[in-house]
Amino acid sequence: MLQRFRIDYAKTQPLRYVSSLDLQKIWERYLRRAGLTLAYSHGFSPQPRLQQAHPLPLGYLGAHELIDIWLEPAVELTSTEVQQRLIATPQPGIEINRVEAISLEAPTLAKQVTAADYTVWLLDPVDPKELSQRVSQLLNASSLPRERRGKVYDLRPLIESLSLLTDSPSNLVGLQMRLAAREGASGRPEEVIAALGFDPFAVRILRTRLHFHAPSG
Amino acid sequence: MNIRVTEPQEIEVWLENNLMRVQKPGRYVGGELNQVVKEWSSTPVKVALVFPDLYEIGVPNLALTILYEAINQRPDALAERVYLPATDMEDLMRAAGIPIYGLETKHPLGQFDIIGITLPYETLYTNVLNLFDLAGIPLLAAERHENHPVIIAGGHATFNPEPMAPFIDAFVIGEGEEVIHEILNTYKAWRSRSGSREDLLYSLLEIPGVYVPRFYIPHYHSDGTIQSIERTTNFAPATVYKRVVGRLPAPPTRPIVPSIDVVHNRIAIEIMRGCTRGCRFCHAGMVTRPVRERSVEEILHAIRQALQNTGYEEVALLSLSSSDYSQITHLVERVSQEATQQHLVISLPSLRIETVSVELMDRLKGKRQSNSFTLAPEAATDRMRAVINKPIETQQLLETTQAIYKHGWTKVKLYFMIGHPTETLEDVRAIAEVSRQVLAEGRRIVGRRASLHLGVSTFVPKPHTPFQWLPCDTPEQIQAKQRVLLESLKGSGIKINWTDPKETLLEAWLSRGDRRMAEVIYHAWSLGAKFDAWQDHFDYQKWMMAFQRANLDPAFYTHRQRSLDETFPWDHISPGVRKAYLKQEYLNSLQGVLRPDCRLRCFACGILPTYKELRRQYPGPHWKCPEVPVHARA
Repeated sequence: MLQRFRIDYAKTQPLRYVSSLDLQKIWERYLRRAGLTLAYSHGFSPQPRLQQAHPLPLGYLGAHELIDIWLEPAVELTSTEVQQRLIATPQPGIEINRVEAISLEAPTLAKQVTAADYTVWLLDPVDPKELSQRVSQLLNASSLPRERRGKVYDLRPLIESLSLLTDSPSNLVGLQMRLAAREGASGRPEEVIAALGFDPFAVRILRTRLHFHAPSG
Repeated sequence: MNIRVTEPQEIEVWLENNLMRVQKPGRYVGGELNQVVKEWSSTPVKVALVFPDLYEIGVPNLALTILYEAINQRPDALAERVYLPATDMEDLMRAAGIPIYGLETKHPLGQFDIIGITLPYETLYTNVLNLFDLAGIPLLAAERHENHPVIIAGGHATFNPEPMAPFIDAFVIGEGEEVIHEILNTYKAWRSRSGSREDLLYSLLEIPGVYVPRFYIPHYHSDGTIQSIERTTNFAPATVYKRVVGRLPAPPTRPIVPSIDVVHNRIAIEIMRGCTRGCRFCHAGMVTRPVRERSVEEILHAIRQALQNTGYEEVALLSLSSSDYSQITHLVERVSQEATQQHLVISLPSLRIETVSVELMDRLKGKRQSNSFTLAPEAATDRMRAVINKPIETQQLLETTQAIYKHGWTKVKLYFMIGHPTETLEDVRAIAEVSRQVLAEGRRIVGRRASLHLGVSTFVPKPHTPFQWLPCDTPEQIQAKQRVLLESLKGSGIKINWTDPKETLLEAWLSRGDRRMAEVIYHAWSLGAKFDAWQDHFDYQKWMMAFQRANLDPAFYTHRQRSLDETFPWDHISPGVRKAYLKQEYLNSLQGVLRPDCRLRCFACGILPTYKELRRQYPGPHWKCPEVPVHARA
């Protein structure tokens, strides 16, 4: 029996510095420990079937990440059962928000992502007034040419929104932003930080939400 | 190094601000599955377990996995892990005055009570000095006082502890499973009586298998050889015999599962310890005796538990010679049943060169992860094989590799060694000839897909082996042999890897050194030598300069034939194998006399008389030496 589930989870501190490739392995082992039998692809070198909606770069935290898993259970499972098994199985750095059964035919999440919301805290002390000024300047710019991996691109059209965070839980000053996340047109929050003139490494980045074309699932 | 930060919280803050500036930051944060975090302030004894290289090399280390579990199971002790930072991270830490810290709670290394360092091989030595420096701990044992951690080292390289003796407070010779508890108890007792550091070192002397180098002073002849090893107290045993356990305890089944990729990223279950084959070049084969096996049931139980605790997709069944495990067929059958149900990959390294091995692997291949099959013939002529006591006929090698190709593997890897005692260029050419035959057979069987890889390492005569009296080949000899090999393989399509002769020299100096070598290690480190096991870090010139500064001749250690009555710097350390036996084996090698598997007949290597009480306590077939009757007086 083949079943597909969509898992909404948080990627927290213990897994902050893993890549999405490493995260794939972590999920495989997590599911195996939870007694959830992954389906494998056919062919010469069968691979377990699980798909992250959108790779979360190394160093980022995630509040609502999405992964689709294909299971081959002996008896049909409900989403509640899957959720219970996952929650009962320890996995540092993954907190399950919600598990949903979805149709085997549902389109692949990765192809529908359009944008992502981020909260970015600046770890160095910053004057909020100064920050607010720089944010306005940045938003008023018609283009923001930047270079990444030897390629020049315009950051400005990738920024859909950018504002100061009003209620930051820590003492840190924060920003929230919505950046385009389409294929070939994806904005990175640390690029925005660098464009604002701050140290792009001294930040804590949390992806809070992914946006999709069509209603997902 | 100047330490400017001492609070774990400050270290955490610094890490968050800096980790995105370094390669693979996941090395430096801990927090992996099965990590054990204990309450720092309420746990009496705090131990840091160090593998002195990068995280991804250190995490899979089985010795530290065993000790981590053993220590953390005690309510009165905690163990945290420490690995060396890569140079990009080290530079940032030094610039900011951040000390090296335990991954679990980020406490600086200097705040632990005991630092346990594993030294499985010698090219880690400079990293140990770097470790102390990154912790702000004085490098020399003599300069450390009551407030510094006590530093204990163990592992295969420490069967010759002398090159590291001035830096280490105590060495554990042999197996750690039992002695770790004795050390912790001794430490606790010492602290409750508020003794001096001297007092602690004296107490450690009483534990069998523990070597405290400061109570031993080597004296030298004018030619540089050892005249005598003086004991400065009668409490210090004249010979420190290694520790062995009478029965292998249950293997660890809750290993750390790293969140980033590491080498050997899998469950490792040791099925057997020791080896009965007696290859004369093999250090492990001499120092890990006697052979003790785990039962099939115990191994299966451990695999199931470890799978449940880790979710791993691969299990490695480890030993020095898997084919010699007495229930190997039964084990493989049982394991392969479980493997096919669960998409598991089972690896079974160190198989003997015989077609049975191919059949064994064939049963395990279900979801085969690799298309290559590895064998280690080590030598290619019968004469050479008799010298090293690894008699595998060329015909047998050919039949085995044929079977491998026939069973669907397309790549064969063969490990050979050059620089064996009495080796000639003919012996080296034979390696190329045999290899060509193997590949020709492969092509006949599977066509052009057939491939052959050769790993050709260079022999270093190791302490406590029958070859310890012998010199190493000179770099010129090694290069000549490597050239011959390359030329004879030209156009063959065979891939070949070999060792840089300079790296071989370093391994030889460090493994055969006396206590004076410590000065060379110190100078090399202060000149910037570290990560010597990494080709891109190893700097031969620094070592040559270090020898100069220490006023020692490197050739004395590497290219000198020792006389049969020479006292070696490691003679007061015993793996339980008698020097007379090693000498006999050395003479046998010169005459090409073979010694078969000692399961068939005991050759009195010395293990049984040394550990006869233990053998009496643990009778039964799990231990492969003959039983010692209760009434016998040996």
